[in-house]
Parts: sequence; C-alpha cells; structure tokens
Amino acid sequence: MSGAGKEIVIRLRGIVNRLGGRTIHDHLDLDVYRGEVLGVVGGSGSGKSVLLRSVVGLNQPQQGSIDVFGQDVLNLEEAALRALQIRWGVLFQEGALFSSQTVAENIQVPLREFTSMSQALMNEIAAMKLSMVGLPEDTAQKRPSELSGGMKKRAGLARALALDPELMFLDEPTAGLDPISASHFDELLRRLQQSLNLTVFMVTHDLDTLMATADRVAVLVNGRLKVGTIDSLRHDGDPWIQEYFSGPHGRAALAS
Amino acid sequence: MLHGMGTNEATDTDTRPWIQVTRRVRTLHLSAGGSWTARHAATLDPQLQAIDVDGFSEAEIDGGEIDRLDSSGGWLLVRTKKRLEGSGLRVVLFRIAQRYAPLLAVIEAEHVVMPVEFEENGTLAALLERVGRGSHMVLLQAAGILGYLGHVTLEWFKTVYAPRGHLRVTALVHQIEEAGINALPIVGLLLFLIGIVLAYLGIDQLRRFGAENLTVNILGAGLLREVGVLITAIVIAGRSGSAFTAQIGTMKVNEELDAMQTIGLNVVDVLILPRVVGLVIALPFLTLYADVMGLIGGATMCYFDLGMTIPAFMRQLHQAVTVNTFMVGLIKAPVFAYIIGMVGCYEGMNVERNAGSVGKLTTRSVVESIFLVIVIDAGFAVLFSILGI
Repeated sequence: MSGAGKEIVIRLRGIVNRLGGRTIHDHLDLDVYRGEVLGVVGGSGSGKSVLLRSVVGLNQPQQGSIDVFGQDVLNLEEAALRALQIRWGVLFQEGALFSSQTVAENIQVPLREFTSMSQALMNEIAAMKLSMVGLPEDTAQKRPSELSGGMKKRAGLARALALDPELMFLDEPTAGLDPISASHFDELLRRLQQSLNLTVFMVTHDLDTLMATADRVAVLVNGRLKVGTIDSLRHDGDPWIQEYFSGPHGRAALAS
Repeated sequence: MLHGMGTNEATDTDTRPWIQVTRRVRTLHLSAGGSWTARHAATLDPQLQAIDVDGFSEAEIDGGEIDRLDSSGGWLLVRTKKRLEGSGLRVVLFRIAQRYAPLLAVIEAEHVVMPVEFEENGTLAALLERVGRGSHMVLLQAAGILGYLGHVTLEWFKTVYAPRGHLRVTALVHQIEEAGINALPIVGLLLFLIGIVLAYLGIDQLRRFGAENLTVNILGAGLLREVGVLITAIVIAGRSGSAFTAQIGTMKVNEELDAMQTIGLNVVDVLILPRVVGLVIALPFLTLYADVMGLIGGATMCYFDLGMTIPAFMRQLHQAVTVNTFMVGLIKAPVFAYIIGMVGCYEGMNVERNAGSVGKLTTRSVVESIFLVIVIDAGFAVLFSILGI
C-alpha cells in the first residue's frame, strides 16, 4: 500500500529488539498515517506490546530509528520529549490508573501538570471526559479499586484523552472484556477517533475489534511485520496469518 | 490538508485566544478567535465567567475565527452557551469552523450531566466525620484482631491434636532458618554493643560509690531479665514481622490466597502456622544467644575499663543472678514471638488490592507489634512483682 500524499505520524525504520537473547523484532519498518487506526496483531509473546513500548519511549530498541511527528524519539532531549508526550496519550492494558487517587483526580493529573486551570474548571472537564467515554458521573469520586475491568479501561481512556492528544496508543483495549462491553468499547473508539480526528496505534488480538475499528492491520510474525488491509492480508500465504484470519474464530468475525 | 494543524510543534500554531463582547441593543454578540485549547483554558475561563448577561434577550456566539479547538476549549464554548440559555437568553447564532463541528457535537450531545461536586475537606463537619471514621476503624481493627486470634488459636488446637496434615514441616524449618538463623549476625552485633554500653554506664555511675564491681549485677539482671529479650523481639518485629505482612500481602494482591482456597489448601495451615510456630521456636533460642552476646560485650568492657578478668566476671555474675532471672527473660520470648507473628500475618491478610496498601500495612504491622511487645513486657513486670519473682 503506497502512502504517497499522506502525512506520516509514526515512522519506524529497522527496529531490532532482543529480549533475553531472543530476537523479537528483526528490522521492522512501519509507517502510520494521520487519522488512521492501525491495528497491530500477533500471537502471544510475538512482541506487540514491546513494539508499542518502544514507540512511546519506555523501551530502547537495540537498533533502528523511531520518528513521531517527525521527531527522533530515541535521541530527544528530556524537555523536547515531554513536549512530544503531551501530544500523545497511552491506554495501558489494565488502565494503569493511579490507585491512590479518585477517577476524577486521575483525569486531572495531566491537566494539573501542564495547564493552570482552576479546580472548578478541571472538575468540569473531568466530568466531560467521563461522559465522553460513557461513564456515569458518580464514577468521578470512586477509586480505581472500586471499578470493574471495563470501567477501568474507560477511565484510563478518559485520562489519556485529558489533553486532547493527536495520537493514541492502545494496548489490548478490549482484552478481558465481555463481548458486549468489548463491542461498545469498539464503537466508542471509532466515534471518538472520528470526532477528535485521532490517529490510533492499537495493539490487540481481538479480531472483532480489528474488524470494527482498524483501517489497516500490521501483523507481527516471526519478528517481521506484514502490513495491509484486512482484505489484502487474508490472501497472504503466511501460515499464522492464514490461521488467524481463516480459523473458525476469524471466519466468524469476518462473516459478521 | 497536507500539513494539518497539529503537524508542527504545538507552540508554532498556538495563537493567543481572544474574546470580544459587543452589545447591540438587546443582543449580546460574542466573538472569539485564536487557540482555544487546554493550555489557554485558564485565561479564558475567568473572562467568560465575567461576561454580564443582564438586560439582553438574544445572544450570538461567533467562533468562526477560532483556529485551534480542543475539547477543553469546546467545553468552554458549550458551557458559555448553556449559561446564556440558562439566564433566559435566546442563542440565535452559534458559529464554529466546520471541521470542529463533530467535536462540539460530541461535547454537547454527551454532556447532559452537571459537573460533579467535590467533597469539602476543610469544614468542621468534615473534621468530625474523620475523627468518627478513625475511631470506628480502630474499634473494627481491635475486633478484627480478636476474631483472627480466635480463628488461628482454633487451628492451633487442631494442629496439636493431629499434627499430620496440618503442620507443614518444610515450611516450618524454612521459617526457622529465615527468622532465626539468618537473624544471628544482626542480633549478636546489636546485643554485644548494648552490653558494652550498659557496662560503661554502670561503671561510670557506680564508681562514685566505689561499687563498680556491682556493674556486673546490673548488667546480669538487666540483660537477662529485660534488655536481651526486648531488643531481640524488636529486631525480629522489624525484620520478620514486616516480611510476613509484605509476603502475605503481595500474595493477596496477586490473588494467590484465593487460588489456594479454591484448590482446597487451608491458608492458616499453609501460610500462617509455619510462620508463627517458626517464630515461637526461633525466638527463645535467639534470646539465649542474645543474652550470651550481651554478657560478652559487658565482660569485654569490664576487662578493659576495670581490669576485671573473665573468671572474676563469672564469679561476680554467679553471685548476682540465679537461673530464675534468666528464665524470667526467656519465658517472655515465645509470647512476644506469637504476638509478632500473629500481627504480621493478620496485617498481611488485610492488604487490599492497590499499590499503597502493602506498604501501609507493613508499616502498621511493625508499629503495632513493637507497641504490643512493650505493653506485654510491662504486663509481665507487674505480674512478676506481684508474684515476687
């Protein structure tokens, strides 16, 4: 798929990651374009999350370069990296809410750190973000330990959206949710992505989520990436990709 | 749009936001422009709040010149509109660049609930509530410890009645090694130093009466009755009691305790009894060792300061203390061990599933067990004085 004429938000070149002597990523190249939802899939232990952690700067790859918004993330100074981090939001697998704070305080952490809003305005904005992600207002005063898995993810999403990032990283956004909650989450994601004009880098292995939200898919097999639309990847010869899209689960998801 | 508004560094496209209010007879005209983003919300908020709406029947909001809008800025616009409508004004115009229409639609459509109210922390009522809650918590905790003590004691009896299947020997031996043998260096060094300090104090004070030889009496009685066992118990509370809480607490956070129960393991048998019994066995031996180390420290000081030889020290000690003195100290050791082990395990079981809980309860476990050890030591002192021992 040629990306001519589209603005590249994330550009990975020659990424090599080795963990414990095992090569997880073997010279990966990847472009993510503005306004698209890219789904990264792969088997357990194939290094999907490591890739996401590399892009957001939590993991230093052995080789390769990572550009986000045209800036070299790996060789950026502290202050420039902070400025860049404001422009993206990350939703971790379990939400990663700060457990000592209420949900509202969690959402206000970035606001308090990077703006000088009054407390009253921050409360209003926290309430707005909560309703944006479909949480009832009484969630604001609750602590993360009082929330269910799906609510934690929504609250985590609200925190990631606090400063209106242009780019969102989602790590397994629907893992551990029941199918109904998962499909609601997919809808929410799609709606927010369109209305906020987000670029989304999503690690998942949920085929339904992929069908519902992803514009393009990057499959991580044997340390290499194969990128394309779902339709083009279905005809790929790789056995894992065949199994993934054409196994019983895959067929059911494609048929729906 | 090849290079969208977010392509450049955020500060490049950031222009100062502005609001202009013009009043046309009964129409309030509000025009806005610049960057309406979270970064600037703090300056826009008071300006918008200050707009006086009295005497108008209609309002126009023209946001056509806003060149950057995020959801915080969007919320300020929507909130202003809601406020105008709430004051009885008819908003006849609400204009915004086409590309921001979906964002505003989300904010307006979704946001039906009123902003959340946050609890006041500074009022007298809030203070009273905190005191009340705190007192209630203390009572609950006392009741909890009592209930737990009974529960474990019952399991104790079962174990004594039928050790097979209840007492886990491997775990027990491991705990004795961990809490007892591995504590030898620190306890030994500590008591040796305390022996030196006590001897020095005794010599210094008693020399005025020419009774410096009686230092050995003070040293013997003090160490064997009180200091040896007390210091050992306090060190073990800090070393093993805290470890019990942290280990069991972490297991609880990982749902390992739930897993044990579903597999059919008895948590008291598997985790608590080996720890408590191990400590009850180890602490008397540690105390014995601590007493000896303390006496060696004292003898060293007496030798260097008074020139008292080891045989002379031993003769004096023999006159000063009886086996009873030593036993009075030693008998407290298992009681202290029981308290430390029980408090450590109990607080571990109380851990909740959040990050701060393990640390908080570990601290509480150490403070509680040291407190209880000293209280019980005072109880023993009263008891022995009544019994005349």
